[in-house]
Amino acid sequence: MPATNKHATTFTTPSDTDVVVTRVFDAPRKLVFEAHTSCKHMPNWMGPYGWTMSECRNDLRPGGEIRYTWSKPGGNGITITGVNKEVVPPSRVVSTESWGDPWPVATNILELTEVDGQTTVVMTIRYPSKEARDAALQTGMKDGMTVGYERLDEYLGTLS
Amino acid sequence: MEPDQLSLTFAALADPTRRAILARLASGEATVKELSEPFDMSGPAVSKHLRVLERAGLIARGRDAQWRPCRLEAAPLKEVAEWASDFRQFWDESHKRLDFYLAQLNAKERRKNARHK
Repeated sequence: MPATNKHATTFTTPSDTDVVVTRVFDAPRKLVFEAHTSCKHMPNWMGPYGWTMSECRNDLRPGGEIRYTWSKPGGNGITITGVNKEVVPPSRVVSTESWGDPWPVATNILELTEVDGQTTVVMTIRYPSKEARDAALQTGMKDGMTVGYERLDEYLGTLS
Repeated sequence: MEPDQLSLTFAALADPTRRAILARLASGEATVKELSEPFDMSGPAVSKHLRVLERAGLIARGRDAQWRPCRLEAAPLKEVAEWASDFRQFWDESHKRLDFYLAQLNAKERRKNARHK
């Protein structure tokens, strides 16, 4: 059984508009790139445990359309649509990403680098403004709301 | 929640003063006067923020005509908090699945290469 906890997914907000997700994989870049861009592979891993990727379209060329749909147990499905802008296999893809109203449309920059057979994937999700980014991720909640959330948890506990 | 309601919630949360007001209300109800003091803002300025928060369903106001104390309404915030943690969970779990999947693909490649030698 392969070691699974060797690499961790990190989430950072290095600028006002960006959310960056970084992860290392024990596989060559070509394979990791295909896994991220081909519908032959994506339904086999993309989405949390229990979710099913029921629709996968990725026309991997500039102007090509993207459409992914997931269904999840006990919940509504989620559809992501977008358009590829820049496609440079196996190192870089720039595309748009929309989760539908009310989420702001974001630009997705996928970058892959390989060192000694390990591939680092850096996914930058760039929002049109800090407000849009914070609204989407609620990173702005961290400063003012941390205490609030702890109390909110207590409060929610008293309601049930 | 209807998408329109969620939009209102996000718009209301985009402002740091309104988030600070919510954080204050998380420790108990407060009047406009009590809220304007720590934020060094006029009553009307605070009232304007409170109207946005009320429209977004994030606070409710008492019926007492003179004081109308504000209190936090938790449901829309919970929805937003769940989404933020969903984003992390989505990629955390997807990447763990991808570790296994890549290991399978790698093994398949190796078997194929071994056969061709």
